[in-house]
Amino acid sequence: MSLLKIENLKVKVENNLILNGINLEVNEGEIHAIMGPNGSGKSTLASVLAGKEGYEIVEGSVWYKGMNLLELPADIRAKEGIFLAFQYPVEIPGVTNANFMKTAVNEIRKYRNLETYDAMEFLNVMKEKAKLVEMDTSFLNRSVNEGFSGGEKKKNEIFQLAMLEPTLAILDETDSGLDIDALRIVANGVNSLRNEHNAFIIITHYQRLLNYIIPDFVHVLNKGKIIQSGDKELALHLEEYGYDWIKQNGIINN
Amino acid sequence: MGNGNDILEKLTQSDYKHGFVSNIEQELAPKGLNEDIIRFISQKKNEPDWMLEWRLKAFRYWQTMKEPKWAKVYYPSIDYQDIHYYAAPVKKPGPKSLDEVDPELIKTFEKLGIPLEEQKRLSGVAVDAVLDSVSVATTFKDKLAELGIIFCPISEALQEHPDLVRQYIGSVVPYTDNYFAALNSAVFSDGSFCYIPKGVRCPMELSTYFRINASSTGQFERTLIIADEGSYVSYLEGCTAPIRDENQLHAAVVELIAHKDAEIKYSTVQNWYPGDKEGKGGIYNFVTKRGICLGENSRISWTQVETGSAITWKYPSCILKGDNSVGEFYSVALTNNFQQADTGTKMIHIGKNTRSRIISKGISAGRSQNSYRGLVKINKKAQNARNFSQCDSLLIGDKCGAHTFPYIDIENNTAIVEHEATTSKISDDILFYFNQRGISKEDAIGIVVNGYAREILNQLPMEFAVEARKLLSVSLEGSVG
Repeated sequence: MSLLKIENLKVKVENNLILNGINLEVNEGEIHAIMGPNGSGKSTLASVLAGKEGYEIVEGSVWYKGMNLLELPADIRAKEGIFLAFQYPVEIPGVTNANFMKTAVNEIRKYRNLETYDAMEFLNVMKEKAKLVEMDTSFLNRSVNEGFSGGEKKKNEIFQLAMLEPTLAILDETDSGLDIDALRIVANGVNSLRNEHNAFIIITHYQRLLNYIIPDFVHVLNKGKIIQSGDKELALHLEEYGYDWIKQNGIINN
Repeated sequence: MGNGNDILEKLTQSDYKHGFVSNIEQELAPKGLNEDIIRFISQKKNEPDWMLEWRLKAFRYWQTMKEPKWAKVYYPSIDYQDIHYYAAPVKKPGPKSLDEVDPELIKTFEKLGIPLEEQKRLSGVAVDAVLDSVSVATTFKDKLAELGIIFCPISEALQEHPDLVRQYIGSVVPYTDNYFAALNSAVFSDGSFCYIPKGVRCPMELSTYFRINASSTGQFERTLIIADEGSYVSYLEGCTAPIRDENQLHAAVVELIAHKDAEIKYSTVQNWYPGDKEGKGGIYNFVTKRGICLGENSRISWTQVETGSAITWKYPSCILKGDNSVGEFYSVALTNNFQQADTGTKMIHIGKNTRSRIISKGISAGRSQNSYRGLVKINKKAQNARNFSQCDSLLIGDKCGAHTFPYIDIENNTAIVEHEATTSKISDDILFYFNQRGISKEDAIGIVVNGYAREILNQLPMEFAVEARKLLSVSLEGSVG
């Protein structure tokens, strides 16, 4: 079933056209990888889908579960199941991970007319999900991302993903800055969370994450447009040819 | 990106949800201030002659003084002759049930988690005899009396314990201290008096809630608390609930005296009317609060959560005279819209091995201005004095201001004085991070602010802390998100 449909999306940031006619359809159960050189618009696409302010939609539309996504405020999108794993997760001094996640989970559960968790239930869920990303539960009592290493921050994003169980998860360069072990942990987390009802959009520079998370589709983004789509083989070719080649020649022919 | 400004706009538009019109009929003295008015006040309260003399001396001294201008607050000049200095509340039947009370007010009560019976009391609904606060107060008073604790309005103390009052009043804040303290000394209306005898640990938090007549003494309140040797008391002033008052100028004085081995904990939640979103109206809160650690090993601790008033000018201070005495100041001052706060503390080290600790957290939103002003003074004879100060500022939006004015004056080279300061901002990126996890901007600000203030709120008695947490969120609440 179709989950997300992006049609001819054009977006400006401070008067520069960053997305120049994106078309993309994501169905339940699918993993899509979006690759492309720096400045091609990958992170802008992620931010626009998540509802960050400061972007001017010039043209096009985005449908998510049959709703006009661009009309929904960011917190409602989250409550409707959209999750963004941030490229640069912010630090929130004075607010513990446990408190932050409890508020988030319960706000989302309230929105869906589900009963909110009490403290004990919640702690158990958190402990279980922390195992998934191999994090010691002591981090729950630390402030959100404060003093975390780059790898810990990214693992925390995947932990939050596991807690919130989104329908559509967008991973914005989650692999950048990760060592091999952390990369494996992140990938295992994602793999264990995927199922036939959710979908992932994985934004990355590099092919290596895709050795661990096998995408159904790979899209190449350049100058704000998807210039080529294919299966996982495309990522390998891309690695071989490099982005410079793409910038000059456009499409890779097998 | 745009949303910081949005929040700013919305916060700026937020109304004070707590204000409501006082419907108490009052017996007023004519406007203006002169010796006749002071005689009138003193006579109304049937005060001893020495009290009247003291008031008159204060008034004469006040006339020679000039209003201080050094604080970073701006307001039109006050016409001191255009104020009623005496108003006796006259009982008038209030609403019969909560159904007759402004629903907005009830909503606020609910947000603050105030129990139903307490809601009735606060909104002036007649309550049945069992729950009447007067009878509650009497019960507590009996219990306290068994321990020899005196806790009553200062006007009553002047009748029943005049010697105690005479011994201590003005001993920490003399009427010559400053302009507003002099004014208060001349015209103070009422306030609390509390005496804890030697070796007694007061078994309950003393709160104005349990004091009869508490609500009618707002304008020129005078509080005097004495903890005799080895005693302990925790005192709560104010409440998170809406405070009704039409007087614009408030000039209270609080004096604390801790004898040898005694400890006084003084907690304040101040939520007076801050003015509307345009900056019109609101209370001018010019308060002098000071405690003296008179004996060895004594301890005074001030904790304040300041969210109300158009202008706050207050520096709860400690004079550390006894050797090994300890002074503490824990403060959260939140300003929104056009509020101005200039607040902090003074720690005056006189005795040996005295220690002080200052933790101040300022939160500014809207177009407000929030200043920390603090003095740490180590006198010549204060061997091995120690101070630690931490002053943090949090900005919400980009039209408000935070300022820090630390003064350090050290005359003894054995002193160790530390000062730390930080300024941070609730950035758009932080708000978006919350939003992306399904948490609205309004809730996000509440959570961040409460996390930021946690260290201070933890100092409050538990029930009070829960209310204060909610108050911080409600005070920042606009129609955000």
